[in-house]
Amino acid sequence: MIGIEHYVVVSSILFVLGVLGIFLNRKNIIVILMAIELILLAVNINLVAFSAFLHDLTGQVFAMFVLTVAAGEAAIGLAILVMYFRHRGTIAVDDVNRMKG
Amino acid sequence: MVIQAIAFYLFAVLVIASGAFTILARNPVHSVLWLILAFFNGAGLMVLLGAEFIAMLLVIVYVGAVAVLFLFVVMMLDIDFAELRAGFIRNFPLGIAIALVLLAELFFGYFAADAGPLKLGVADGTAMTPPHTSNIAAIGALLYGRYLFLFETAGIILLVAMVGAIVLTIRERKDTRPQNVARQNARRPWEATVNTRPQVGKGVEL
Repeated sequence: MIGIEHYVVVSSILFVLGVLGIFLNRKNIIVILMAIELILLAVNINLVAFSAFLHDLTGQVFAMFVLTVAAGEAAIGLAILVMYFRHRGTIAVDDVNRMKG
Repeated sequence: MVIQAIAFYLFAVLVIASGAFTILARNPVHSVLWLILAFFNGAGLMVLLGAEFIAMLLVIVYVGAVAVLFLFVVMMLDIDFAELRAGFIRNFPLGIAIALVLLAELFFGYFAADAGPLKLGVADGTAMTPPHTSNIAAIGALLYGRYLFLFETAGIILLVAMVGAIVLTIRERKDTRPQNVARQNARRPWEATVNTRPQVGKGVEL
């Protein structure tokens, strides 16, 4: 029988994979954004699993809000990325701290 | 029940494997495709939990919009990805160590909450799915009732994100002559045309 523990384990592993992705691809901001999406997917799985096992729909409503914020974050992040690439011709985030003003 | 367990393990293994390939793939286009697979399998896990609405939303919003946006940006920008992977091997041991510590902390936290007197998340029953109601109907009633204000706030967030993305990426070009709609609409026929009666042999002064 599949219990809540199984879902918690899956979402923990997925969350850690997302964090690891940020560490491994420190220069490539596109993969960093994808790793953030993985983290948010893990959070959503966790929220929906608890919502289903506690018979409380609030978790699913909250998962929808997380989804909204994730979509907005991806759009803004990619817009900043496109602008940065237009100015510098690369997306290496090592020297982002030059981006003042 | 057995088929449910088989489906759970299938989706769980696939979501973890595709998450790992997302962060390890050499080519970001492959990363995006693995991310799409991860989202599909996450949606499968949510269908198993009986949350069809969130699952379909995940497929529509993530696969249909966000992943396509990623794919678009990856393919639009001309980037040397080999150079960006330079620090991959150097960061590997530190990243693995931090990931293992974080994983251990998560499991300790879960088992501590499970074993101790701390009783988390006791549902008060006010947001239960009513009997003989589908998941979508129950979420709709909750979303347009108790969480209406939050729902509208989510809409505002999406609007702000859209306006922000447009403002950030729009490019004013000096070498083109775009349509000036306000000037066009303000123009009247009596300003634009003139009736003249030119004499024979003379030109028209404009």
